[in-house]
Parts: sequence; structure tokens; C-alpha cells
Amino acid sequence: MKAAVSQHTLSHLDWLEAEAIHILREVAGQCANPVLLFSGGKDSICLLRLAEKAFRPGKFPFPLMHIDTGHNYAEVIAARDRIAHAIGERLIVRSVEDSMARGTVVLKSANESRNKHQSVTLLEAIAEFEFDACIGGARRDEEKARAKERIFSFRDEFGQWDPKNQRPELWDLYNARSMKGENIRVFPISNWTELDVWQYIEREQLDLPAIYFAHTRPVVRRKDLHGESIVPVTKLTPARANETVEEISVRYRTVGDITCTAPVESTADSVAMIIAETALCCVTERGATRLDDQASEAAMEQRKKAGYF
Amino acid sequence: MSAFERLPEIDNGLLRFLTCGSVDDGKSTLIGRLLFDSKAILADTLSAITRTSQRRGMEAVDLSLLTDGLQAEREQGITIDVAYRYFTSGKRKYIVADAPGHEQYTRNMVTAASTASLAIILIDARRGVLTQTRRHSYIAHLLGIPHIVVAVNKMDLVSHSQERFEEIKSDYLGFTGQLGIANPRFIPISALNGDMIVERGADLGWYAGQTLFEMLESTPSEHGESDQKLRFPVQYVCRPQSEEHHDFRGYMGRLESGEIAVGDAVMIVPAGHRTRVKDIQIMGRSQPRAIAEQSVTLLLEDDIDISRGDMIVKPEEAPLISREIEATVCWLGDSPLDPRRKYLLRHTTRETQARVAGISHRLDLNTLERYAAEQLHCNDIARVKFRLAQSVCVDAYAENRATGAFIIIDEANNNTVGAGMIL
Ligand SMILES: Nc1nc2c(ncn2[C@@H]2O[C@H](COP(=O)(O)OP(=O)(O)O)[C@@H](O)[C@H]2O)c(=O)[nH]1
Repeated sequence: MKAAVSQHTLSHLDWLEAEAIHILREVAGQCANPVLLFSGGKDSICLLRLAEKAFRPGKFPFPLMHIDTGHNYAEVIAARDRIAHAIGERLIVRSVEDSMARGTVVLKSANESRNKHQSVTLLEAIAEFEFDACIGGARRDEEKARAKERIFSFRDEFGQWDPKNQRPELWDLYNARSMKGENIRVFPISNWTELDVWQYIEREQLDLPAIYFAHTRPVVRRKDLHGESIVPVTKLTPARANETVEEISVRYRTVGDITCTAPVESTADSVAMIIAETALCCVTERGATRLDDQASEAAMEQRKKAGYF
Repeated sequence: MSAFERLPEIDNGLLRFLTCGSVDDGKSTLIGRLLFDSKAILADTLSAITRTSQRRGMEAVDLSLLTDGLQAEREQGITIDVAYRYFTSGKRKYIVADAPGHEQYTRNMVTAASTASLAIILIDARRGVLTQTRRHSYIAHLLGIPHIVVAVNKMDLVSHSQERFEEIKSDYLGFTGQLGIANPRFIPISALNGDMIVERGADLGWYAGQTLFEMLESTPSEHGESDQKLRFPVQYVCRPQSEEHHDFRGYMGRLESGEIAVGDAVMIVPAGHRTRVKDIQIMGRSQPRAIAEQSVTLLLEDDIDISRGDMIVKPEEAPLISREIEATVCWLGDSPLDPRRKYLLRHTTRETQARVAGISHRLDLNTLERYAAEQLHCNDIARVKFRLAQSVCVDAYAENRATGAFIIIDEANNNTVGAGMIL
């Protein structure tokens, strides 16, 4: 992106960046023990760059933490470790499998999506480290239920998000106060869209997991409530009896749990080409690629109430 | 996709605006239309909405469904909280705050208005200027929104009558003089048909002005002019104390207004120490200057004790430093303001205890009459005097939104219970 037309106005990316830095510094100024949730996905990779812009040459005033479902793509875990190492900050990993071993997460079936169970492990980690704020990379444009989310979002001691009990958020005066056991979720890139994220990745030349770029992968096309989805064929998500496996060029737009993240058909193998596709493309990010969200329009809202990020 | 195109290189920044109107004036339809016409309604959102509309037994796609959010609200069929939407023209990014029109939700509009640079006030052409139109206009004005656009909607239902449009315009101008709203712009639209939103349509040929979209594209952003005073509230002090950065002391924050350059003389308030800017950095890289809304790290010539809550300004442009302030307050809390209690007041990055020294009057938003008040209830707007435990460095809200604004926090439950604009 080129600089703004007027020398007194910031370009939209510069504005978004400045806002996010301001938010991160407010967390540092107001909270005693924050943590930044880092998954190795593109949104949290942007968060790390923003934190560098906010706090360098100092260390981050918080550790990084990943809640690992154990069902992540190997490329994502590799990128997570590579990036955390390059940045020189502490990475805490807590895993859903440990919660399963403890008996606090009970699966209905072995291959069930572990996505929603992340919230249990997250709450356990929050209690373990006594975190008073969790910084995350969620965006308001991902989902209708997020459009009304605050930038500083209050969760009670059960991690619950009560849409009727959120603090009014005016100007850039954020209220991060909480009592012991309560928690604030902070979303510095609330106002970013998927396109903004990709433009920022290009501008900042950020390192990403390889599966964001076009690659050949065995998939099946599966009819569902919403038309057709492309489902990757993996050990966790095998093809069904009557399905034909095809090898096609795909890329991922989000990189969550394998059992609930689907790729889109694409040949975009550079950030610039992804930007071009995103700008023209006609499918919203989650709708296309989060298999578990499609069950109901209100699914996200229900999960958020239960403490999902 | 075969050959790929790059987005336009022009970047005219970002504009935040809000839509307000009474229930059914067409806010949701208008926002839906803007998203739709700017091609930001992405195909699968659209297909999800088509299905919902069919479930409700409707024929055409209802654009207003695009802007509904929470389940409970969908059940009630009204929007009761502020929702944010995004679209881009390729040249400019927009953040739209959808403020609900329901009677009792002044607090939502105040919230939405606090970050907006432009307000679209919707009027139903059949109903004309209503009490709520005045109320919304007053709040937009009170919150210091610099650009007001009055959109007369549903022109298709009044035969696209120019006469009706002019009548509403003069009604509106009749009361804005009283409020002091400067130069509102007027536009006839049909949100449903898309007339004068992005396309001009065929039926409003008598209107020669800009379309709504042209207005949005050409409205200067808030800090478009550089005549404002430097206000740099310190958010965080960076002292790495590493070997490499042994004596490094960086003051981190965002320029709420004004500009700053290396070598500039500055003053730290409230203490009053003076020094000069040694360097301006982002991520360790130096830059010669910084402009309004940029987040940077300042290094100063002299070692001065500066902490979060202090503010860096230019010596000849000092703000008012005071332990007493008078402000227009909008009460947001469910329990009323109790003048006997202490509250926390957050102003820029500074937090201090506050006591009410007196409520001068409460304003009736419908009549704009003033009444005496002992207490303030949710959605009340009043003029209140406060005494503070510590000094704050303030400007009048009308001159500077960032240093003229504060929020009030109830320490008993940590809720944000009030919003204040310093007089
Ligand atoms: N004829 C006509 N109807 C409109 C127009 N704009 C909105 N409506 C209708 O007015 C009703 C209320 O609109 P909605 O957008 O839900 O209003 P809101 O309550 O302000 O969000 C809906 O039935 C719309 O279809 C318009 O320009 N012309």
C-alpha cells in the first residue's frame, strides 16, 4: 500500500496498525498478568508483529500461549514454534489432550471436533497462571455474532460472554478492570477484515504456515446444508464409502482443528495473489471453511456464551 | 483466477460513520444496501440470508437481515446494541456503527457516536422530522461528530416528490439553528431501491447533489488538517534494561492530535518539566516526525520521571490542568448516579477518583428543556461538576475529543457507568 494522499492522514492499514498498538499498550498499562493467544494462524501472526511494534526494543509484557487440540496441521505447529523462536518470547503450550487425560474434557466420539473443547483447556490455563487478560486475534467481520463484540470483552468466572452484560465502550477509553477469577478478552484487530489482514501480511512480509498457499491435496466434495464443501482427506477425516477422492489445488483461509477446517479451491501461491482473490472473492471466511459453524447461524453465539474464544 | 489485478494504490484512509433513525426508518436496509452495492456482501452470507428470509416466508432478500446480530435480538425483531460493519470502496475503508433507534437506548447511540466522524440521520419521507430526529441530531452534535448527513429515505413512497424533500429540509433546519449544528447536508434516497446510494437511479433526477457514496468518499477524515495541538498521553514506559539498550527509556503512546518532530520542544504535564524530542521510533526504527493517530515511542533529551497517565504536549499549547471539571454526562449504568458515592474517572491514560460536586441540570432530550436533578438514571444527559483526587490535563470536548472525554467506572462492579464531555 502506498502512503495516504494527504500527509496528515494515515492510510487505512497505518490507522488499523496504530489502533491495535494502542490497544496492546492499554493491556500492558492496565492489566497485571496478560497473555497473548498465539495459534500459528495468520491473525495471531499479525498480532505478534503488532506486539513487536508496540513494545520493542523491550520484551513483550506477556507470554504467548497456544491451546493445542492435538488435531492441528503439522505445518501450523512448525510455524508456531519457528515464529515464536524467531521473536524470542516465551511460548506456553497447553493441550486439550491433557484435559482429556485429566477427565475435564470428555469427548462424545473419538474423532469428534475438539474445537469447542479448547475453551475448557483455555479456562484451566487461565486459572493455572492467573491470567487477567487474554489477547486474541478475533475479528468482528468473521461472523455476525461478533459484530457487536467489544474490543475489551468481559468474561465472568465461568468464562461466559453475556451479550447483555458488556461494558459500553466509548472513544478509545478502554476499561480492562476485573475482579479475581474474572477475565478480559482483548481483540486488537477487531476492526480488521480478512483483506486487511492479508494486506498487512504482504506489507510486513510475515512468515506464514505453508498451507495458506495453494498446494495439491486429496479432497472430497461433500454436499451439505449449505451446498457443497471441500473436505480434506486426512487420517482424522477419511473419505466416506461412496465418495471420490480428487487431487486438486487448494489453500486454507483459516487453520484451526483439522476436523473442522476446510480449504478452498485456489491456485493463489503468493500473498499478492491471495489479496487479489480476497478482494474479488465472494465467500466469507468462516462460512467457507469452518465446518462446525455451518450447523446453525447462532452456533458461534452459543459457543461464545460457553466461553469459546 | 488467471491474471491477478492489484488493488488501487490510492489509499484515502479510513472513515468511521454511524447511521441513526427511528425504528423502521430503514437503517438496516441502508447499511445492507451499502454493503451490497459495494460488493462487500459476500456470496455465502447472501445465501445464508436468502434461506433465513425464506424461513420467514418472505419473497425478496431482506437487506436488513444483514445487519442483525444477536440471537435474542433476532427473536425480538429489534436491534438493541451497537454493531459494527465493514466495507471498502477499494480507495477507502469504512467502519459503520449501527446504532439502534429504540427509545430507551440513548446510551447505544452515544457509544456509537463517540468514534464516528460522520453521522447519517435517516428520516422517513412520509413521517418527516420526528422528536427522535431531534434527539439523534442533538446526540450527534453533543458527541462532536463533525459531519452530519440528513438522508430522507423512502422517497419512492412519496412519489419522489421534491416538494416533500424541501419541506423536510426546512423543518430540519428550523431546529438545528437552535442546536448549533453547522451545515448539515441533505440527500433524498430510497435505501430499498438503491436510489442515490451508489447509483443515482431514475426517479430523483431533480436532485443534482452527490450520491451518499460520493459524500462518504469525499468527506475529510477527522485529522485531515494539522491545526490541532499536540496531545500525547503516555500509555507505557519502556525500559528494557538489557545490555544492548542499557539507558533506553521510551515513552509509548499514540498522538491523539497534532504532530511532533525530532528536536521539538515539549512539556510534560501535569508536572510541567520541559525537554526536547531526541528520537521518534516504531519497532526500533527512527522516523523524523509523527502525525495524529500514530502510535510511536518517544525518546527525550533529558532524564525526567514520566509515567503512564502523564501527557506530552508543546509548551505553548498547554491544556488546562485542574482538579475540578464540569462536563455534559450521559449516564450509562443500570443503577443511578449516586452523588454521595466516589467513582473512578478515566481520562486519556489517567485514572483518578471523583466525587460529584453538583448536578447543574438534567436535559430533556425531547424538548431540550433543563430540569433540576438529584440523581441520574440510565440514558439521562446532564451537566455535572466533579471534584477529583488528582489533577487531569484537559481540553474542552468541543476543541479536542480525545482530551475532552472521560468515562466513569463504578468500582463496586468495575462497570463503565458514565461518559463525560468536558465543557
Ligand atoms: N418503500 C421503501 N421501503 C423501505 C425503504 N427503506 C427501508 N424500507 C422498508 O422499511 C422497513 C424497515 O426497514 P429497516 O431497514 O428494517 O429499518 P430500521 O428499523 O431502521 O433498521 C422494511 O420493511 C424495509 O424494507 C425505502 O427506501 N423504500
